[in-house]
Amino acid sequence: MSLTAATINRLSVNEKMMKALKSVFNKITNALLLPVVGIAIFLALWSITAQSIHTSLGEFPGPNAVVKQFYSLYDEHTAEREKATAFYERQEVRNAKKLEKNPDYVVKTRAYTGKETFVDQILTSLVTVTCGFLLAAIIAIPLGIWMGLSVKLNSALNPIVQIFKPVSPLAWLPLVTMLVSAVYVSDDPMVSKSFLTSLITVSLCSLWPMVINTSIGVSSIDSDLLNVSKVLRLPTFTNIKKIVLPASIPMIFTGMRLSFGVAWMVLIAAEMLAQNPGLGKFVWDEFQNGSSESLARIMAAVVVIGFIGFLLDRIMLLLQRKVSWDKSSASV
Amino acid sequence: MNWTQSINKGLKKVSVGIALAISITGVVQSAELGEPEKEELKFGFIKLTDMAPIAIAYENGYFEDEGLYVTIESQANWKVLLNGVIDGSLDGAHMLAGQPIAATMGYGTKANIITPFSMDLNGNAITVSNDTWKKMKPNIPKMADGRPVHPIKADSLKPVIEEYKEAGKPFKMGMVFPVSTHNYELRYWLAAGGIHPGYYAPHKGDTSGQIDAEALLSVTPPPQMPSTMEAGTIEGYCVGEPWNQQAVFKNIGVPVVTDYEIWKNNPEKVFGITEAFATKYPNTTIRLTRALIRAAKWLDDNNNGNRPAAVKILSQSNYVGADYEVIANSMTGTFEYEKGDKRAVPDFNVFFRYNATYPYYSDAIWYLTQMRRWGQISEDKSDQWYKDLAAKVYRPDIYEKAAKSLIADKIISASEFPDFAKETGYKPPQQHFIDDIFYDGSKPNAYLEKFAIGLKKGDKL
Repeated sequence: MSLTAATINRLSVNEKMMKALKSVFNKITNALLLPVVGIAIFLALWSITAQSIHTSLGEFPGPNAVVKQFYSLYDEHTAEREKATAFYERQEVRNAKKLEKNPDYVVKTRAYTGKETFVDQILTSLVTVTCGFLLAAIIAIPLGIWMGLSVKLNSALNPIVQIFKPVSPLAWLPLVTMLVSAVYVSDDPMVSKSFLTSLITVSLCSLWPMVINTSIGVSSIDSDLLNVSKVLRLPTFTNIKKIVLPASIPMIFTGMRLSFGVAWMVLIAAEMLAQNPGLGKFVWDEFQNGSSESLARIMAAVVVIGFIGFLLDRIMLLLQRKVSWDKSSASV
Repeated sequence: MNWTQSINKGLKKVSVGIALAISITGVVQSAELGEPEKEELKFGFIKLTDMAPIAIAYENGYFEDEGLYVTIESQANWKVLLNGVIDGSLDGAHMLAGQPIAATMGYGTKANIITPFSMDLNGNAITVSNDTWKKMKPNIPKMADGRPVHPIKADSLKPVIEEYKEAGKPFKMGMVFPVSTHNYELRYWLAAGGIHPGYYAPHKGDTSGQIDAEALLSVTPPPQMPSTMEAGTIEGYCVGEPWNQQAVFKNIGVPVVTDYEIWKNNPEKVFGITEAFATKYPNTTIRLTRALIRAAKWLDDNNNGNRPAAVKILSQSNYVGADYEVIANSMTGTFEYEKGDKRAVPDFNVFFRYNATYPYYSDAIWYLTQMRRWGQISEDKSDQWYKDLAAKVYRPDIYEKAAKSLIADKIISASEFPDFAKETGYKPPQQHFIDDIFYDGSKPNAYLEKFAIGLKKGDKL
């Protein structure tokens, strides 16, 4: 009997090991293999279809052409950096000469005047979207909390929020442009007008999802929690800090994630239309150029835009997990 | 030491002082051009090959030689560009010759824009879609080798337009801006062939320019011309390079006539700045004009020998960005009409020859006459009015200062410039228009009477 029991025991151990192996294998397949297969199939389909599409600018770019453009964009970037170094050297010589002629001359080093490379434009876009998003968050979250706490304010502001929420950035853009150029007048501006225009447009569009989600999050807090706060007679600020914020963080972050996604999409469109520096302008310029490499370069930008959007979303998700007590709310 | 000696010494000191003073003023006189008041500048342009002087002045370091740190930025369309110059986000820009004139006059946005530098001559063409070309071609006289005789007149387009009219379809064409050279050139060509391009009536709020029109013209930004025609929205367009050669290259249309053939050596783009800028920063204005003159000269030097290098620069994505071959087609002295029909047009792009950079009053007045002809100026104006407005916008005085300092610095010889002592700013009466009408810039009203189609004295819509 004991023998059989041991056999059964061994068998079940084997089975357990098999199961464990299987689950590890499944995990690997799901996490690595399948995405790789998916991407491979996508690339194959892309390259086959690309060959059969002929535009007036030549063949539609396949994966090869796009990869080639990544290299050439990087080469252009390094070449431009070399030009920048030469520019600064020339400027130094010129400034030294000026100083010799006029000892009172205050030496001023000017930033490189050459073109923005692809890398520069990615950075510009990232800075703009972050600033625009932060501005929106600073306004939207307090407003949302207030609206969530006060039913009256909510009823008063809700129609406005609902009307502005679906407005496309492209509709805001002309107004923002004119507003910025009318209001922001300075001889030595700290930031450029185009930067402000993109920033405000991005803020205007990413504001609403945050306001709505925050106010819903706050207003749907369990009434028991609020009652506790009432019983303890917590002052408003402590109430918000101890009860409201922790309880509504998941919803607030959902709103923020939504908004960041919106902000990134809006930014590209705004840059395209307003010719503000950034990835959107890069895409538009290439479209206007209409050279035989333009489409591949645009495709390269599309890939980069997608990647950055994905990364931004992941970063927000990480943040959400960090600050939220309910880990399950932060789903992918 | 007695007192006479000390007086002698004192006198010596004084005389040394005087000598010093003289020598100092001497130095000041030879380098009369001061340091630029504003050193960091931003210039706008539209992606067209005739922006070349700005790109060359930058790439060859002419701006830096003047102590100017210039950023160059492409603009979405002419309206955005003009607004940029007006609101100060751009310090200056590559402009249509009509833009500073219209802005100063108050047609569209009112602002005092001036030009010290005319950027180029010619450089535009009219392109029609393949379909329209097929219908036009039988009406065009042929040479012995079967190729069409040039210049092609709009007479050959007229039957096509009649056909559209009978079918009740509008015949649409694109141009780049209501006060653009292209608008007036396209209108001139159409009207010379008996096709009415339509009137404007701004006093009634009608700025579409399609009153009585047989061909409906509308605005499309230059780089979008080929794709708009490809999409079938327009049947043809008038635009600068490389967007006509692009149509040949992409096989979507045929350039039929260049503006060189419509009006030989017509003035095209100008460099526009606000009057306030020129007043506030006089040295900067002269210095940037100097840099642009040098760039224009470089572009025409060695009998267009520098053009391939220029094309290489222009084909960079931050300038015009089209393929090298496309830009080279027109910049290096040839022009491809129908695919394979490449003809020599050495003066298709002129940047410096024939005093191309000098801002002639008579050039400004030609644009004004066309604005009157098509109703953008809705009432009769006196000859003096035309002359006063031209003098307000075109500023040969600034050009002269820049040119003279270049001569003094021995960078360009005096023989390359007009004789400033005798120059009046009015070119002698010009012929070589496609309809053989003479143009005398000093008599704008008399000129307007010569056209069969167009508003004349006393006409008001």
